[in-house]
Amino acid sequence: MHIPDGFLSAPVAVATGAIAVAAIAVAVKETNKKMGEKQVPMMGVLAAFIFAAQMLNFPVAGGTSGHFVGAALAAILLGPWATVLILSSVLVVQSLIFQDGGLLALGANITNMGLIAGFSSYYIYKGIDALFKHGKAGTLAGAGIGAWLSVVLASLACAAELSISGTSPWAIAVPAMGGVHMLIGVGEGMITVAVLSLIMATRSDLLKLQVA
Amino acid sequence: MKSKWWIIGLSIALLLAIISPIASKFPDGLDRFAEDYNFVDKASEPAFTVIPDYSFPGVSDEAAATIVAGVLGTLILFGIVFGLASLLKSRHET
Repeated sequence: MHIPDGFLSAPVAVATGAIAVAAIAVAVKETNKKMGEKQVPMMGVLAAFIFAAQMLNFPVAGGTSGHFVGAALAAILLGPWATVLILSSVLVVQSLIFQDGGLLALGANITNMGLIAGFSSYYIYKGIDALFKHGKAGTLAGAGIGAWLSVVLASLACAAELSISGTSPWAIAVPAMGGVHMLIGVGEGMITVAVLSLIMATRSDLLKLQVA
Repeated sequence: MKSKWWIIGLSIALLLAIISPIASKFPDGLDRFAEDYNFVDKASEPAFTVIPDYSFPGVSDEAAATIVAGVLGTLILFGIVFGLASLLKSRHET
């Protein structure tokens, strides 16, 4: 879902750039408060894991692939503001070093895959987890549904940016992007639930590191 | 048998980078949409390239070039974000 340069108009690039810069500034302030001994390696490991996992495109319908985003996993483990920092770092490195995602589109990519995906999955996860009284099934259901929704919402934000930029009309971009990402989101949910299950089974103490 | 959990986590990430040549070569959701609706040509060429397309330049074997790129990126991100988090931790302790 990495937007290359050329797809966004200057106003959309500037506006999403401003949103991303503001989000990162708040994220630095918020994560600063609770960053501790165990959170530091978790931040690094999540960034490394998300980068590597994003390389592993999996096929979905009709000659199309999707890849893990990782915002939901990061948000569940460390909270939404830490997620903004992790995904921003991944997206900056991908753009600068790997030419995946445009430099001018970086703000939009951070807004979609960091901010929107991180916050939406976090609150859906928290809500469902609380509804099921924090039992294991509820936690995993919340993680899976939150992860699915995070990808769908990020793709709709991407569709909106393309449409405001005049690249593709709203009526085409929304069903096209939303539709395929409803499938890709299933992969996101499965990977997120699998990783959480592994952590629950081996080191459940690592589920309590939320910083912000 | 009690190795640090984050070394295991980083090893899993590196393992994913090593198997990354098996990734699907199909275009992703956005690329596919851009191809189907004929705006893929709007994408501009990057101003500069370092390791384009997750393929380390100069390595002739395609799978090896992908693995080198993937391992490098995984380690770079671990380093940068570990460093950033350490900085945030030390700032709040002072």
